[in-house]
Amino acid sequence: MRVASFRPVPLLSFLFAILVGAWCVEAAAAQRPAQDHPGQYSAIDIETGSRLYAGQCSLCHGATGDAVAGADLRRGQFRRSVSDEDIARVITMGLPDAGMPGFKLQPSEIDGLIAFIRAGFDVGGTAVRVGHVGRGQAVFEGKGGCATCHRVNGSGPRAAPDLSEIGATRTPSALQRSLVDPTSGMQPINRPVRAVTKDGKTIRGRRLNEDTFTVQLIDEEERLVSLVKADLKEYELARTSPMPSFAGKLSADEQADLVAYLLSLKGPR
Amino acid sequence: MNTLTRCTLPVLVLLASYQLHAQVSYDRIRRAAAEPRNWLTYGGNYTSQRYSLLDKVTPANVTQLESKWVLQNQVFGAWQSTPLVVDGVMYVTQRPNDVLALDAKTGRVFWLYRYTPSPDARVCCGSNNRGVAILGDTLFMGTLDAHLVAIDAKNGRQLWNTTLADVKLAYSITLAPLVVKDKVIVGVGGGEFGIRGFIAAFDAKTGKEAWRFYTIPGPGEKGHESWQGDAWKNGGGSIWVTGSYDPELNLTYWGVGNPGPDWNPDQRPGDNLYTDSVVALDADTGALKWHFQFTPNDAYDYDSVQVPVLVDMNWRGPAAKLMLWANRNGFFYVLDRVTGRFLSGTPFVKVNWASHLDERGRPVQTPQPPGSPTWPGNQGGTNWYPPSYSPRTELFYFSVWENYASIYRKETSTYQPGRNFSGGGFTVLTPVPGAPGVGIGRRSPINNWTNEVGSGAVIAVDPRTGDRKWKFDQFDVTDSGILTTASDLLFTGGREGYFYALDAKSGALLWKASLGGQVVAAPITFEVDGRQYVSVVAGHTLVTFGLRE
Repeated sequence: MRVASFRPVPLLSFLFAILVGAWCVEAAAAQRPAQDHPGQYSAIDIETGSRLYAGQCSLCHGATGDAVAGADLRRGQFRRSVSDEDIARVITMGLPDAGMPGFKLQPSEIDGLIAFIRAGFDVGGTAVRVGHVGRGQAVFEGKGGCATCHRVNGSGPRAAPDLSEIGATRTPSALQRSLVDPTSGMQPINRPVRAVTKDGKTIRGRRLNEDTFTVQLIDEEERLVSLVKADLKEYELARTSPMPSFAGKLSADEQADLVAYLLSLKGPR
Repeated sequence: MNTLTRCTLPVLVLLASYQLHAQVSYDRIRRAAAEPRNWLTYGGNYTSQRYSLLDKVTPANVTQLESKWVLQNQVFGAWQSTPLVVDGVMYVTQRPNDVLALDAKTGRVFWLYRYTPSPDARVCCGSNNRGVAILGDTLFMGTLDAHLVAIDAKNGRQLWNTTLADVKLAYSITLAPLVVKDKVIVGVGGGEFGIRGFIAAFDAKTGKEAWRFYTIPGPGEKGHESWQGDAWKNGGGSIWVTGSYDPELNLTYWGVGNPGPDWNPDQRPGDNLYTDSVVALDADTGALKWHFQFTPNDAYDYDSVQVPVLVDMNWRGPAAKLMLWANRNGFFYVLDRVTGRFLSGTPFVKVNWASHLDERGRPVQTPQPPGSPTWPGNQGGTNWYPPSYSPRTELFYFSVWENYASIYRKETSTYQPGRNFSGGGFTVLTPVPGAPGVGIGRRSPINNWTNEVGSGAVIAVDPRTGDRKWKFDQFDVTDSGILTTASDLLFTGGREGYFYALDAKSGALLWKASLGGQVVAAPITFEVDGRQYVSVVAGHTLVTFGLRE
């Protein structure tokens, strides 16, 4: 048995197709103009916001931002606010009917709080603008092509990980990062597998589980397959995600909308 | 066309060709007996015979069985689940409402689905779940808080979640659902909490309720005259073991649990239909076609939640469609499953709560004086443990509790929503009154109860006569179900943690394994890559055996 890093195999498989897709994306990314939009926040702002949040906000909103019903600040879920301006207004004016007082802060402090919230409370992360859920769903199902690999709430193929609960398990900044650098967000368990049995049969799929002697995967035809490693002559795991990067492919607004849609996927209730 | 579209196209085209495999169609379920490599329903197929055509493991080679893999349960408590096996993938539930998908050959896990029931969920007898049903690529599971959930069999993701009843009133689901055509049929538990039981069918695609049959008829409904006053409102009639189905008759058969309150019949005068009965329902509409009541106005908690076993054989001459039923009340019944007509009934253990059954199958009840023992005791002559019927031997096999009695006491219970509604209680007849006993819920390896309080056995009954053909004795009582195969093997277990292979013709012990944990479910058998396996749950482990290679 040979264990090696993954190399694409020139066969008509979806995996190969996706890798070709990824290559195209990289080619396209090289030509893209520099992005700049109001949703980009500096590390200094995020750091400032982090300290302010701990002192002024966490008493009511909690350390993880979800202590007030109807709001989950870390995941970008608000009762009323959509834009950064909305958030700034709420911080300044308060929400008297909800019992939230207004805070007299410097503009730079408000920017910091917004940056910290948009960064998903992730001080080391990049602040992320969260757009419109409905438009994000349109991008997911249309231009982004996400639904051609990912399954949501019972619809779509099972080749790539199911995203029905992704908004409950990833922060906005982690989602944003996955869009532009998919490999950085890929759980190691999900790595693509290519195996060749001793009788020459090639099996490709996404890893579901593995132990010393066996590996479990869902293959390209969506079968649950368990392989005994001793029966294999080749077993390879890809270290890079087969998902294409959307850097330069989707505009800043589209990415923000996509992040909003993904954040809205909270799984069964 | 922009770069993205141009580059995504080949991806789209290739992905569009993805195929669905191994869909478990209704047609496959209906013909499940003809694909013995799989175990597609709780009872193996719609007859619930738990008889498999697999015959690679035989009386001659059964001693070559060895453990191939073990799955350790992650939670404590009796493990009553029957796994399904579909084309090499096993689906099994574990407490409280987890589902695991495993490779049936190695036991390695593909995915785990976790459902957390409401903290308000209340069950009398442990957070049990007895398994899932499958249709297409979707699994169905009832939950302890009385929801029915649909789960993607390929990835363990929840597809829909339907609420059946109010968990605060102690409704629950512990049984494995039954799929018939495009519907998922389940029933609710809670017979110790004053529920009004029901069986209901749900659209498999959407979870929308298609029909509901109340096991306690309301005002204006046939059978309501068997209740007085408001007693019907909390009349029990729980459903906690999976029913059967006859596709030719389009009838689905379900055993109904005890009336409420359990032990005080004076609070609910009348026959208390349809408690302790079998009901035959139209599978499309839920309309009642017939019923047969085993224990009218029950004072002993003799739930009739046994699995209805459907058998086609000659009865006193002509071919007949029969239903075999070893009841918790200690009688073995044969019914005509077309009409519900009583054909025969004979006691299979010591019985003193009734002198005999009349010509219509109604017991002539002989209540014992207060403080005196009643046979069989509270757990019955048998209980919910699935029996088996072999068309080869034409024998009906089930686990029994022999020489086991209880002393019952009546009390008046006032119904309080979601609270225990028992109407008294019982004590097990013990050899040393007043001395500490361990009771039926015992989990200790020390059996200080001994066979003086009751002992277990598997018996083989000839349905035509009700006679015992053979008996396999166990020192301790047994809650094990039974599996038979076309090689005339019978597999069963018991509380002592042994797993047995018996000769189905003679009852002779051919092989045993000491698994060290109670067997409180029925074994199954299946085939992968041409090799036959037998799986059984014992204690906190699921063990899969195969022949030594």
